[in-house]
Amino acid sequence: MKFNLKVWRQKNAKAQGKLVDYTIDNINADMSFLEMVDVLNDNLTRKGEDPIAFDHDCREGICGMCSMYISGRAHGPHHAATTCQLYMRSFKDGDTIYVEPFRAGAFPIIKDLVTDRSAFDRIIAKGGFVSVNTGQAQDANNLPVDKADAEKAMDAAACIGCGACVAACPNSAAMLFVSAKISQLALLPQGGPERNNRAINMVNQMDEEGFGNCTNIGACEAECPKEIKLTNIARMNREYLVASLINE
Amino acid sequence: MGLTGLFLIFFLVVHASINGCIWFNDGGKTFLYYAHFMGTNFLVHIAEFGLFAGLILHIVDGLLLWKQNRDARPVKYSYSVVPEKSKWYSRSMGILGTLILFFLIVHLRNFWGPNRLNQITTGEELNLFDRMQEDFNNLWMVLLYVGGCFSLFWHLLHGFKSAFQSLGLNNVKYNQAIEIAGTAFAIIVPLVFALMPISFYFHLVH
Repeated sequence: MKFNLKVWRQKNAKAQGKLVDYTIDNINADMSFLEMVDVLNDNLTRKGEDPIAFDHDCREGICGMCSMYISGRAHGPHHAATTCQLYMRSFKDGDTIYVEPFRAGAFPIIKDLVTDRSAFDRIIAKGGFVSVNTGQAQDANNLPVDKADAEKAMDAAACIGCGACVAACPNSAAMLFVSAKISQLALLPQGGPERNNRAINMVNQMDEEGFGNCTNIGACEAECPKEIKLTNIARMNREYLVASLINE
Repeated sequence: MGLTGLFLIFFLVVHASINGCIWFNDGGKTFLYYAHFMGTNFLVHIAEFGLFAGLILHIVDGLLLWKQNRDARPVKYSYSVVPEKSKWYSRSMGILGTLILFFLIVHLRNFWGPNRLNQITTGEELNLFDRMQEDFNNLWMVLLYVGGCFSLFWHLLHGFKSAFQSLGLNNVKYNQAIEIAGTAFAIIVPLVFALMPISFYFHLVH
């Protein structure tokens, strides 16, 4: 298969970037998208050009590293899949494919398609965990959890923190991510004692990082590779409102 | 946005109910009775200040939101596909709100403004029923009002449900009820409003 690629090239965070045209031929339909970029980079290296920098790691859809905005969508045209789960058979021979980084002020570009998503780490550091100082995990039967809540918490915990929600949101809002992280703990007894501070601190950090605000459009839910639901955002708003009212 | 939005939604209910009295077809008698109450009651005057404050807050809040959200993505995508689930009217609340604001300026200039001015200068209220009959003889005015109602319809179609989501009141148990109530409200209220100038234009109200 043959493709025309328009890839975002940017030397560093400060440089002006632009779309650069590449043509690539002899691509096997069963190659993954990332393998196709590997081949392209191999060609570029042989020609003595700078290869395209891009993030990737597990290549099985669980790590959330492969952040690319492909053909106008976060992680490409497939529903509920990451970039590494995208195969070239999903495109037609001769297609023009746009490849851009996830765009948000809070995700500055490091180089080409690689963005710095450490804003998410700083949000997690503000309370996306349960403080346990010492000792072993106690017997699970000591903490009864309703099955339905366990399911909802598990669904929220499926978030891999890839940032597709931010990339897809017209406002670059990170609320689907933050709400998934707040929800997974708010639904379980272990998350109970710190829930108020967690909601306030994580939301404040999210705002400080310069993410936009949720206007309930739903693009994040539509593009999330792990199908995190909008109801999590409502839960986060509820947690935040209650916490703001009662926290000292 | 949600709180001020719900407050303005509450106002729409009051406004639509009172203006709906024109359809009693009693020459505006019932309508003018309530219009007189709304125009002269002290508590209503205080509520009116609250309404303007709510409207201004809603606008300022909206502008801040628009600015922050625009600044959150300094470099735009060269090529972007909008997911089906994301509705155009949800993405265009600012534009729809601006259209409603333009409509409101004309609307207040037609009725509320002259009436209050007359009350201040002469102490007398204007006959708003007569004014409606006069204004809505003009086809352009009727079309402007119907256009305003369309903007309101789309604004509410997103806004009503969205307010519940923002306030964290959205959950699986009530989602469907909110969805139905929101859609019904967004259709019924603007439709009732739009039918008023249309009724006058076709002389169905007298």
